[in-house]
Amino acid sequence: MFWTYLRRELRRRMRQAVFIALGLALGIGLVITVTSAATGVQNAQATVLHSLYGVGTDLTVTQPPKQGAGSGISFGFKQQIKQVRSGQIAAGTKINDNELQNTQYGSLTAAQLAAAAGQEHVTAATGALSLTDITVTGTVPPLSAGSGTFSSSFTTSTFTVDGVDVAHSSPGPLSSAAVTAGRGFDQADATGDVALADSGYAAAHKLTTGSAVAIGGTNFKVIGVVTVPQGSSPPNLYIPLAKAQQLAVTGSAKMTGQVNTVYITADSASNIPAVQEELTKLLPSATVTDASDLASQVTGSVGSAASLANNLGKWLSVAVLAAAFGLAILLTMAAVARRVREFGTLKALGWRSRRIVGQVMGESLAIGIVGGAAGVALGYGGAALIDKLAPKLSANVGASPAPTTVSGVTGKLAQQISSAAAHTVYVTLTAPVTLSAILLAVLLAVAGGLLAGIFGGWRAARLRPAAALTKVE
Amino acid sequence: MYRLSGVTKEYAHGAVLALQGIDLDLPDGEWLAVRGPTGHGKSTLLQLMGGLDRPTRGTVELDGSDLGRLSEAAATRVRARSIGFVFQSFNLIPTLSAVENVETALAPLGVRGAERRRRAAAALAAVRLADRVRHLPAELSGGQQQRVAIARALVKEPAVLLADEPTGNLDEDTRDDIIGLLESVWRERHLTMVVVTHDSAVARRAQRTAVMRDGRLAIVPTSPDVGALRPGADAPG
Repeated sequence: MFWTYLRRELRRRMRQAVFIALGLALGIGLVITVTSAATGVQNAQATVLHSLYGVGTDLTVTQPPKQGAGSGISFGFKQQIKQVRSGQIAAGTKINDNELQNTQYGSLTAAQLAAAAGQEHVTAATGALSLTDITVTGTVPPLSAGSGTFSSSFTTSTFTVDGVDVAHSSPGPLSSAAVTAGRGFDQADATGDVALADSGYAAAHKLTTGSAVAIGGTNFKVIGVVTVPQGSSPPNLYIPLAKAQQLAVTGSAKMTGQVNTVYITADSASNIPAVQEELTKLLPSATVTDASDLASQVTGSVGSAASLANNLGKWLSVAVLAAAFGLAILLTMAAVARRVREFGTLKALGWRSRRIVGQVMGESLAIGIVGGAAGVALGYGGAALIDKLAPKLSANVGASPAPTTVSGVTGKLAQQISSAAAHTVYVTLTAPVTLSAILLAVLLAVAGGLLAGIFGGWRAARLRPAAALTKVE
Repeated sequence: MYRLSGVTKEYAHGAVLALQGIDLDLPDGEWLAVRGPTGHGKSTLLQLMGGLDRPTRGTVELDGSDLGRLSEAAATRVRARSIGFVFQSFNLIPTLSAVENVETALAPLGVRGAERRRRAAAALAAVRLADRVRHLPAELSGGQQQRVAIARALVKEPAVLLADEPTGNLDEDTRDDIIGLLESVWRERHLTMVVVTHDSAVARRAQRTAVMRDGRLAIVPTSPDVGALRPGADAPG
């Protein structure tokens, strides 16, 4: 009886039922699309964060650069500029200056690294150096009236180099890398002049296993090519940390025994905040960053997409869903109002209010389920559309050193030098429809149907049979 | 047996007095016709007798049970088991077929699938609609719809049949058909039957006729073997 009555009633109110179901479908489809897009953006952010962090890293510790230390202009080149101005270097002199510079961060000592590693809940702590190799070549131009612009006379080439602990690859810059040619580092390479090349950089510069490459004025042999997951922004080359410490300079100061990034792994996700707090106390001037901090620093279209999905998308879904729910409730109540005589008759026949409410709720639920199914289909369609049409997203992470002017060197040159330190990552946005999104849709459909049914049923239950039948007359 | 004592029904906090001190004894198996002008309380009386509403004062007893004091659930049970209703405008569910409409009266009794269908079909056959079981109400004439409604009222084999203007929407030929049908089921099943009607032809078939005027009930005999004015009842106006 229940199913027959339900089926016939829905058939009678087909247009209204379709209208309600479509409203719910639209809301649910939007929820699925937005949820999927948000998942896609989260995945994109995770890809970006993994590339910056490396797999297994919970926290990173860095030191802000000292005032004026991170100009990005080689110390040697600065000295030569001074010598040109003082007349010690004559016009026409060829300059070829190559330094491995610490431009991005301040330095951390081995003692600080050891202290960080010794904190409670820290299972691993690895130091690394993120560096920029800067080569300035050119011929000193003639100076007129003691001033002039050098930038047009010099060529600057830069590439990024990470000094990595060969004994502990994870956590660290190489933790998510895979060797595609040659071999990776082993303990014997700790002080060797050997390097790994990123596959992208190797392809662009025709580097293969056995190639030689000059880093900080020293020739290194490429022993392997590594690749990191899509969306990553790896350094161009990796060298053993000990060698990097020998060659790197911060301004004019050597970096022997120092690192500029510490990668930390905590024993559990729940202890990350505690470790972060302890490290902040231990190293008050350092920046201790976890994934959420880093995510907040991500700018570019990934950030915009995240903001769009989380704000506009979420509220749009809520608004459409609320409108759909409201519509379903109003139309269900209107339908009940039109069926007063019917329900009054059923009560006269001995139908309990509960049975009538169940009938109304059953009808609403059926509409909700149909709407939910249509909504899932719409959601899949929306997600597929995003997959097809979404442009590549870019993520810019971490502030680049500010363009500077040093003794007549314009900002253009400084910008050219500093650009190598910027982290711009490109990722493809996908909108995966997850099981949880489907479950959410089913729940929302059931909730929409139930809500409409509850209001409609409540109205039906309140009908006094005598009053309902009197209305007929 | 029905026993109504001092039944008063007020609406709008006493502003409207629909029934005033109705006293009535109705033995099992008796057919009472209730006549009277529109708006004088006939339908209200029927609703109170059917447990669809409660009197403001007085008691409506059916087989010793005061319908006005029963809980909603208990009153619903009494309606489901013991009272059949027939309405002027048939009140069939428009989306359900004739047999499904009849089945709605068995659903609250917990009669299951095939048995319910069998009994409903038999009830329709009893009102000469065996060939219309699959038809929707809109596909039936007024007389046929009322016969479906009568089958729905009788399928649960109630002790009481309450009919509110059962011929009010029918033409003369159909009216005679429905009156004949009601009379035959009354005789065959020994029903207690109360029929509210404007129709003197219907009233003439009843054992007793009561007249409602201004919420008061006066009973007059229409059949020589049963009726007599109840002592103390008002004469029809």
